[in-house]
Amino acid sequence: METLNERAARNAKIAAVLKIILLVILFICFIFPFVLVVINVFKVKADITSDPLALIGAHGFTFDNFPNAMNKMNFWRSFANSACITIFSTIFTLLLSAMTAYVIVRNKWKACGALFGLMIASMVIPFQVLMIPLVSLYGGLLGVLNHRATLIFMHVGFSLSMATFMFHGAINTNVPIALEEAAKIDGCNRWQTFWKIVFPLLKPTIATVAIIDAMAFWNDYLLPSLVLAKKELYTIPIATQVFYGTYSTDIGLVMAALLLAMLPILILYVFLQRYIVEGVTSGAVK
Amino acid sequence: MNTNTMSFKTKQFLMFAGVTTFIFCAVVIVPFVYGLYLTFTSWDGVSATKPFVGMANYASTFADADFWKALARTAVYSVISVILVNVVAFILAFLVTSGVKGQNFFRAGFFVPNLIGGIVLGYIWKFVFNRALVALGTSLSVGALSTSWLATTSGAMFCLIIVSVWQYAGYMMLIYVAGFMSVSNDVIEAAKIDGCTNMQTIVHISVPLMVSSFVQCLFLTITRCFMVYDVNLSLTKGEPFNSSVMAAMHVYNTAFTYKDYGTGQAEALILFIVCAVVGVLQVYIGKKAEVSA
Repeated sequence: METLNERAARNAKIAAVLKIILLVILFICFIFPFVLVVINVFKVKADITSDPLALIGAHGFTFDNFPNAMNKMNFWRSFANSACITIFSTIFTLLLSAMTAYVIVRNKWKACGALFGLMIASMVIPFQVLMIPLVSLYGGLLGVLNHRATLIFMHVGFSLSMATFMFHGAINTNVPIALEEAAKIDGCNRWQTFWKIVFPLLKPTIATVAIIDAMAFWNDYLLPSLVLAKKELYTIPIATQVFYGTYSTDIGLVMAALLLAMLPILILYVFLQRYIVEGVTSGAVK
Repeated sequence: MNTNTMSFKTKQFLMFAGVTTFIFCAVVIVPFVYGLYLTFTSWDGVSATKPFVGMANYASTFADADFWKALARTAVYSVISVILVNVVAFILAFLVTSGVKGQNFFRAGFFVPNLIGGIVLGYIWKFVFNRALVALGTSLSVGALSTSWLATTSGAMFCLIIVSVWQYAGYMMLIYVAGFMSVSNDVIEAAKIDGCTNMQTIVHISVPLMVSSFVQCLFLTITRCFMVYDVNLSLTKGEPFNSSVMAAMHVYNTAFTYKDYGTGQAEALILFIVCAVVGVLQVYIGKKAEVSA
């Protein structure tokens, strides 16, 4: 005869085991597509077609898919383009939005209120509403498409509102005004106060904004595809899309290309996992 | 130094926010206003003149049966995806906060699809649906699996929904995890002492205290699903027979494939208004349901 306590303990144990089993099943469902890519990338085309689920193909391992795909999608060039665009867009967004948020928080001027109001309102506008006029203005009127700088300029423009909003909250809650007053008494002007006192205090928010924006820039497809039409300017998502259009029947190459497109961010995730998960959560909950 | 003069204020504002104001206006405000103007012209993307046509673009938008079909399809897709994403995300969040071993590992794992762009995700799943599942169906001789789901009209929609759920569930899970963590242990313990079962604690205590998480997740999923484009392009490309063209893809095609920029912009505006109304309404209703412990 088991006591009530024993029964409760046993039930709790069973519940815990069930939870683990359910989690593992769901986890397998979630990573199954990635596993499939990884096992097929080392097979020759005939083996993938005959049995995509086999761990090892009948013709054995092959590493040829990687160098072939790298050459054909011009991997390092697209990687360099993506990296350059992501890094510069992120840095400009961070600096500009932190400065803007600072002047908005610390001054009750009409211009500040108007700018901030417009920014908040603009956050609901989806990209699809702006893409046609953007192409029309920058392509037709100014003729500045097909430059990395143009894409960086647009990336920054689209992400400023959200970033300013987040820095606005951070400065309001995390930067004590007394500290700024002390700096002022010590002879700092506003510009120096901002860079020497306020900006360093914003580190957690800088990390959050940097992670969210860098991921969005790196993965963005629609805007870059509209701005960059030249082969030598392709970013990784565009290069993947174009590559798939050309080589979709050569499935081994496609697998390699897809894996190459994912690898940079997955490697980064292994090292920065905690920061990315935290950053995304705190960014979303705000 | 006098800090209350107009020139001082202007200088300060320009020093800190001048560049931002310029870029923001150049990329968001001016194109938005210019977009409104474009809807009254019939521009083909090439010619130097943009003939003024009045309301003709709106008339052709309302007459464009394909657009309304795409919009209705997007609505169906969004409703099903939004519900499934949030149900799956909530279950995941519950499981990874219930104190099982390695829950941080699971959290990190479920989030992985969000790291990768929609284009790549779509192609991966295209391979899964076209090759892997078909091979599985043939070897197990399961009839429903032996042809690709992507080749049938209802199947393609179904595939899009599966991929969206898989793509967003991990992200929404993180928000629900934050929600679960924000419910204080005291309240949970009080409920347990009063005789609540685990299920009752979740339904009557955690869920009402997490309304703001639900509002947040619903808003994010609704806006993302309504504007779906990348996965749509790489997974189905609107095939078969244009049966999986979502509203955003229809807008893109109208403007950039058929070179009808005015109508495309008018359709984009209508899509935006529908999406904004649904999103804001949802937030408004959700805020009313919020309670505090």
